[in-house]
Amino acid sequence: MKKLISLLLSLMLVATLITACGEKKVEEPVTSTEKETKTETETKGEKVKFAIIVKNTGNPYNEKEMEGFVKAIEELGGEVILKAPDQPTAEAQIQMIEELIAQNVAAIAIAANDPDALQPALQKAMDKGIKVLSLDSAVNADSRMVHVNQADPTAIGTSLVAGISEMMGGTGQFAILSATSQATNQNAWIEVMKDDLVNYPDIELVKVAYGDDLRDKSVSETEALLQSYPNLKGIVAPTTVGVAAAGKVLTDKGLKGTVQLTGLGLPSEMAEYIESGVCEWMYLWNPIDVGYLAGYAAAALVDGTITGAEGDKFKAGTLGEKSIITVGDGTEIMLGDPFKFDAGNIGEWKAVY
Amino acid sequence: MAQRNILAKKQFSIKSFFFQWEWLLVIVFILINVMNANISDYYLNPTLLLDATMTFLDKALLVLPMVFILVLGDIDISVASTIALSSVVMAVLYNLGVPMPVAILFCLLVGTLCGYINGILLTKFKELSAVIVTLSTMIIFRGIAYIILEDQAAGKFPKWFNFLSWGYMGKIPFILIVFVILAIIFGLLLHKTTFGRRIFAMGNNIEACRFSGVQVDKIKVIVFTLTGLMAGVTAIFLTSRMGSTRPNVAMGYELDIIAMAVLGGVSTAGGKGRMIGAILAIFIIGFLRYGLGLINIPAQALLIILGLLLIVSVMIPNLKGRFQTLRKVKS
Repeated sequence: MKKLISLLLSLMLVATLITACGEKKVEEPVTSTEKETKTETETKGEKVKFAIIVKNTGNPYNEKEMEGFVKAIEELGGEVILKAPDQPTAEAQIQMIEELIAQNVAAIAIAANDPDALQPALQKAMDKGIKVLSLDSAVNADSRMVHVNQADPTAIGTSLVAGISEMMGGTGQFAILSATSQATNQNAWIEVMKDDLVNYPDIELVKVAYGDDLRDKSVSETEALLQSYPNLKGIVAPTTVGVAAAGKVLTDKGLKGTVQLTGLGLPSEMAEYIESGVCEWMYLWNPIDVGYLAGYAAAALVDGTITGAEGDKFKAGTLGEKSIITVGDGTEIMLGDPFKFDAGNIGEWKAVY
Repeated sequence: MAQRNILAKKQFSIKSFFFQWEWLLVIVFILINVMNANISDYYLNPTLLLDATMTFLDKALLVLPMVFILVLGDIDISVASTIALSSVVMAVLYNLGVPMPVAILFCLLVGTLCGYINGILLTKFKELSAVIVTLSTMIIFRGIAYIILEDQAAGKFPKWFNFLSWGYMGKIPFILIVFVILAIIFGLLLHKTTFGRRIFAMGNNIEACRFSGVQVDKIKVIVFTLTGLMAGVTAIFLTSRMGSTRPNVAMGYELDIIAMAVLGGVSTAGGKGRMIGAILAIFIIGFLRYGLGLINIPAQALLIILGLLLIVSVMIPNLKGRFQTLRKVKS
């Protein structure tokens, strides 16, 4: 018991030491002037902090979104904080939201790993006056003020089904290789695709596999699909990591022409497969623009130009004027229609992103 | 028993009292706080620091029983899967219309059952090591969670459920209060009871204990069942924090939990370790992560720093031992 008490006492001592240390730091003349000048420049320059949290690190698509976000905020003269967890989980994103709240950021833009799990964290942020918007992969309507949608989900879903149908000659089995099972955007497109399949009676969707946007898992899921469904004629991968992984597997196994591939891919990653014909064409919007639009939307929320209500309009830099529309329970800002990349234009786009 | 005598003797020498692992941890803890306060202007803020504890205390709850298991000389790597399974069962039951308190009870029940299964398997099949048994149950428990929910999420819990991981009692986070109470209970259980002393004895020499009439198997089953129960408790707090659950929730938590215990000076070989060390380690890792998060360092760099901290902490006692034998040889 004595030992316990002594340890507790020493812990208290430590606690007082720590607080004492902190206070001393401020009292020291050098550091205090440093701090003063720091806050002075902050108030003078009005450097407002904008944060973006993406799904995970090592995801080229996410990196392009961050790039666009940085570009927008730099044009506006703000400070950018970039956050990306090492694993695509909601747990990690909650922790990052907490860290951003502590840093007094003005706005948080997030590409969510789970639509519902972030709700308590994001609501806490909004309660503290932080503007919250989602981009690319939405959070539920209660946890955000507005969502920046890369493209109309219906347009994406129907384009993908039309594409794979044309490649497969209108008949046969195909599978979908998606990101995580909780990825809001992928699930929305897959829903559209399933509904649209009614118009293609000879095409059968045999399985939706989840590669979790991890390169190795996507490769093994593709291999599993090829083994489980020997008659498979097509793969649709509505995620950039998945489509590149599938392109690699089909190339390595020499299945060009036997199994067709389309999806949403980054031109720079997919150029070799489009040029070789493993993937005849694919779709995407410009992820840099998604981040850029999110950056301008965040700034507009912070300066009060928009509140996230339907009908609000704001100027989004080089993208021109954008307006907010209602989709489902929440409001969204649409970037535009998906863009088709094929052997004809991939050459010029692969250098861009 | 021998362990206790040595410790009692040590108390008489001030030098050896201050040369304990726990003091080193206290120094590390101070260093980390000083460093954090210097790298971020936002760090030294009592409200935010209290908030920060909410980000790591859910898994910290499981470090407490993990110390027991490590002292026994065993290991349980199925804890994260147990969290996932109990969390999924709770969410599915609630979504089926079962009242939330009953669903929570089932969550604890499932956790306890998982722990009990581990304990029974380990005592009935003595030729199997704890790593193998819990590795298998790790896969099985998570597998069942996947069968129940497939790739879906479940949630939409009542508002009051959010309070557990987001609420405050006064200014103190509720989960911090729960943690302090449980830490005191587990600390007393390990260091102040016959049960705790037997656990240390079993970690040092299980055969000797068996022949001295200690009910070795019974204690082992109790410890593993207790761990399962705590996994259920962790599942409740984690689910409350997330607002919804998936079968892949808490992925990789077992390593974080074991790492915290090991950094706290609990030996994986058994028989050595103290609760206060593990608790210090929880706050060291938690605050280090939070401080580095405040300056927004990339996630991979964070992993490397935490890995280095762990390697160094495991190496120091080893080096110390080598240095001492070297000195003995010379003299």
